[in-house]
Amino acid sequence: MRRVLPALAAVAMLGAPALAQQEQSTAPFAYRQLDDPAKERAAMDLMETLRCLQCQGQSIADSDAPIAGSMRSLVRERIKAGEAPEEIRSWLIERYGDYVSYAPQLTELTWPLFAVPLVFLLIAVLLLRRRFTLVREAEEHGPGHEGEEA
Amino acid sequence: MSANRKAPEGRAKAPRWAIWLPLALFVGFVALVMTGLLKPADRTVRSALVGKPMPSFDLPPALPGRPGLSSAELANGKVHLVNIFASWCIPCRVEAPQLAQLQRAGVEIEGISVRDSRENLEGFLATNGDPFDSIGADDDGQVQLALGSSGVPETYIVDGKGVIRYQHVGEIRPEQLDVIIARIQEAGQ
Repeated sequence: MRRVLPALAAVAMLGAPALAQQEQSTAPFAYRQLDDPAKERAAMDLMETLRCLQCQGQSIADSDAPIAGSMRSLVRERIKAGEAPEEIRSWLIERYGDYVSYAPQLTELTWPLFAVPLVFLLIAVLLLRRRFTLVREAEEHGPGHEGEEA
Repeated sequence: MSANRKAPEGRAKAPRWAIWLPLALFVGFVALVMTGLLKPADRTVRSALVGKPMPSFDLPPALPGRPGLSSAELANGKVHLVNIFASWCIPCRVEAPQLAQLQRAGVEIEGISVRDSRENLEGFLATNGDPFDSIGADDDGQVQLALGSSGVPETYIVDGKGVIRYQHVGEIRPEQLDVIIARIQEAGQ
């Protein structure tokens, strides 16, 4: 991949010479994996849930924007130093807000999103319970009552 | 007629207006989609650090013989404008005259050059002017992340205690100078 990238960049330059040349991230772990596979896995899992700030809609694992490279390096360097993934996430949220994280956070603003399904479930149970009770009552009273109504 | 169509007992009869409910819901949904389409949300990512102290950093000089930039120097009692820029950034050229104007007005401007090289930076300053007291080289882009900056250019107003008072995202256009100057004065009080 590292050999392919310059070639791709050269092709891109031929195609669009007028485009600004954003310098690629020189951060140490922008394009280099961590040596420890378990740590690289942890870093990758986190990177897939962090938003690239330039090409919003992509994760920093997917994006080739220079700022995404800097963010990947930040994540890998901190994982390497033994920091927990969620600590890194909250460090970024402290600076960029919840928007930077794809994994939904439970906050004052978002708790209704988590509560509403539970409330709906509760309402559904209550409604269905009433309905089931009605059916049982009708069964208990027997077919004679039904005939009366008709 | 209507007397014969009595609702079966045990099930509540819906009120008459309820027939309009699905249509009203649909109209509401269309209105929601249209407002989203015609007035898209602002996708600018702003730093959440406004009102908080500048994170501590110490950047080496981007150019030999010129000072670098550290967060400690920003808390020296004076208001500073910290401009995040790069030679590869086109809007940075657009804001250069405005930065020059601010410098002439006596504003202390410090630069952080992001993912840049010395040669390109020298060329950029030779063409567009050099309003900076000091330029720190953020080659890895890590200080940019620490500041909650999502792109270049961005400009932070930092007060004498080193607290970030305002963040301007994007280039400073001529018509925005008044706001910037007002914010600098506010930070100086």
